[in-house]
This record gives sequence, C-alpha cells and structure tokens, in this order.
Amino acid sequence: MATPLPTPGVGRTPEPPDAGGACASCALAPEATRLARLGLDPGRYSHVVALAGNPNTGKSTVFNALTGLRQHVGNWAGKTVARAEGGFSYGGVGYRIVDLPGTYSLLSASADEDVARDVLLFGRPDVTVVVVDATRLERNLPLVLQVRQITGRVVVALNLVDEARRHGITVDVRHLARELGVPVVATAARRGEGLPDLLAAIEQVATTDDPPPPLRLVHRDPELERAVATLADQVAARFPTLPNTRWVALRLLEGDPGIEAAVRDGSLGDLAAPPPGTVEAAG
Amino acid sequence: MTLDELPRGDRAVVTALDIRGGARRRLMDLGLLPGSAVHAEMTSPLGDPTAYEIRGALVVLRREQARAVHVEPEGR
Ligand SMILES: Nc1nc2c(ncn2[C@@H]2O[C@H](COP(=O)(O)OP(=O)(O)O)[C@@H](O)[C@H]2O)c(=O)[nH]1
Ligand SMILES: [Mg+2]
Repeated sequence: MATPLPTPGVGRTPEPPDAGGACASCALAPEATRLARLGLDPGRYSHVVALAGNPNTGKSTVFNALTGLRQHVGNWAGKTVARAEGGFSYGGVGYRIVDLPGTYSLLSASADEDVARDVLLFGRPDVTVVVVDATRLERNLPLVLQVRQITGRVVVALNLVDEARRHGITVDVRHLARELGVPVVATAARRGEGLPDLLAAIEQVATTDDPPPPLRLVHRDPELERAVATLADQVAARFPTLPNTRWVALRLLEGDPGIEAAVRDGSLGDLAAPPPGTVEAAG
Repeated sequence: MTLDELPRGDRAVVTALDIRGGARRRLMDLGLLPGSAVHAEMTSPLGDPTAYEIRGALVVLRREQARAVHVEPEGR
C-alpha cells in the first residue's frame, strides 16, 4: 500500500497514502489520494481516460483538478472548442486524460459532438467518465445510455451534488449504479468532494479484465435486427479493425450523413485506434 | 394539437413526432419523446422561436420544429 509516488510537477514529498484517501469532503489533497498532477505531459502512460458529458456539467473542473491545468471553466456554451489533453498519475500508474467538448448526444451531427463521438467510438479510451449534472439527471441520462451502448468501461461522475443538495434533490447512487451496470460516484468537483472515490473508480475500470458488456438495444422487430446484423457484417468486412460495427450499422440505417460519408470515402477506417491497454510514449 | 399551438404557460405531453431523419433525431436528443412533459415558457416578441421546459432543461425551438411535435395538452 505504501507505494512510492513519482511526483513530477508536484513540489512536495508525498506522505504515505492513508486508507484510500479518507478525506472525502475536503479539497483534493494529492498526498492523501495517491494522485500526482502531471499537467500537459503525462510522460509514459498506461491508460487513456475520456471525459464526456453535457455542456456545463463540470468536465473541465474535473480535468483541472486531476491534471493541475487551467482549462477554461465557465458558465456558457461552446467554451471547450476542441479537446484538451493532460495527464496525472494515480497509484504510480500514468494516465492520459482528454477533456471533450460538451455534448447532449452521440447521434446528432454538430462539429463539437463529432469530436466527442469520434473519440468515444473509435479512440477506444480505457475509461470514459461521463460527468452528469445531479440537478438535471433526466436530461443527462440519454448520453450515459448512448455511451453504455458503446462500452462497459464507464464511470459516471454524478457531479454538482452540492447544488442538488441545495435544491433538496437526493440521488440514489447505488440504485443508479446497479441499473447502469457501472460505478457511479457522487462528486462536487469544484470543492474536490468525491474526487478520491472517482479516482479509485477510474483505476478499477481501467485495470479490470472483465468490464460489463456494452448495453445492447433490443429491437422487437426481427427484420430490423436482421438488417443491422447483415450491415454490421459488411462494415466489419470493409473495416476489419473497427470496433462498434453494430453501432455504425444502426447509424447507417438511420441515414446519419456523417457516418455515411465516412464509410463512402474510407475515413471511417482511419478512426480506428490501437486496442486499449497499449502502452505508448506521449509525443 | 401540435406544440407550436400550445399557449404560453401551458403544459402538455408529447404523443408523437411527425418528422424524419436528422431533424427527428435532434428533437429526440432534446428530450422530446412520446411521454415527455413539456411546458411552454417564453415566446420571443414575434412568436418565434419559443422556449420550452423539457425534462428540467430550457430548450428553444423554431416554429417549424414545434409544429412536428404532436402533444396532448394537460387538462386544467
Ligand atoms: N456548485 C458547483 N459548481 C460546479 C461544480 N463543478 C463545476 N462547477 C461549476 O460549473 C460551471 C461549469 O463547469 P465546467 O467545468 O466549465 O463545465 P464543462 O462545460 O462541463 O467543462 C463552472 O462555473 C464551474 O465552476 C460542482 O461540483 N459544484
Ligand atoms: Mg469544459
């Protein structure tokens, strides 16, 4: 348990970590959480974490807390223009983390949402953290379900629980986790609340050999099911390294123009990244 | 009736979306599905667009979008 921490970028000697970072309700203290913020350069990293979520749910706040960077945080739409990247280490293991533009859906076409969906679908992050607004849970859950249809390597950060408390809203976190089949962690990222638990959940999902399977939409209509399966096989034959061919087939059947174009000009194949778990040196 | 006819301040429940393709997807992503509760909140001076409260969020729709949304007004 007393793993020595590599702490580049943190000008202090870490104290031995206590039991899982007991400070769950105070500002995130790196020495108490096995966390080292690595700023822009994660150096060698073992895992890639993507931060997804609706606009204004606190993605950049989480990103900054984990990396020590100052990605713009604010209260208006469209501020995360492209994706931002940084790094941290946790328990001595390096993570690269990507702060994605806010998106309500992976299915509608808009420039911001395309960035997010390309990374999630084809970049195959080891962990996708979906940051949701606890005061607007119903509005946020469709994206969680869409991400769960792509991967089981998901952690839900139920953020803004301080705001929710102020509004008298309590969320049954355990029930939500059971229904989604993935860890759900209550956080108030602006004050660091819950971030030690979030890190522990990220580590668990990143290192498990046995993630839950992606949620599969059940189509009552056997003809539709047959069409999806046939088309998915054809997509797989044309793009052998592409994950999520079933998802692509559904998009094609729905007439998604972006996916159609990417199939036609072959660029869909370029999106496929090396499989997860590959250890790379950052460029 | 369709959503564009819902008087400001009134509530309704979505019954159907009469639109296809990307525009249908867009409405669904905004939370407009059969069964969704909608509340007409504010209308701009010219009556278009209108802001609706849908599933805890304020969503602004143009009239032609709202016209594609069939609703059952809430009895008062
Ligand atoms: N009260 C409260 N505010 C938060 C919390 N997390 C983020 N915020 C604020 O919410 C706003 C949006 O945060 P930001 O990180 O920019 O959201 P993003 O659009 O998802 O990247 C900012 O004003 C943050 O300071 C939280 O847990 N509690
Ligand atoms: Mg942001």
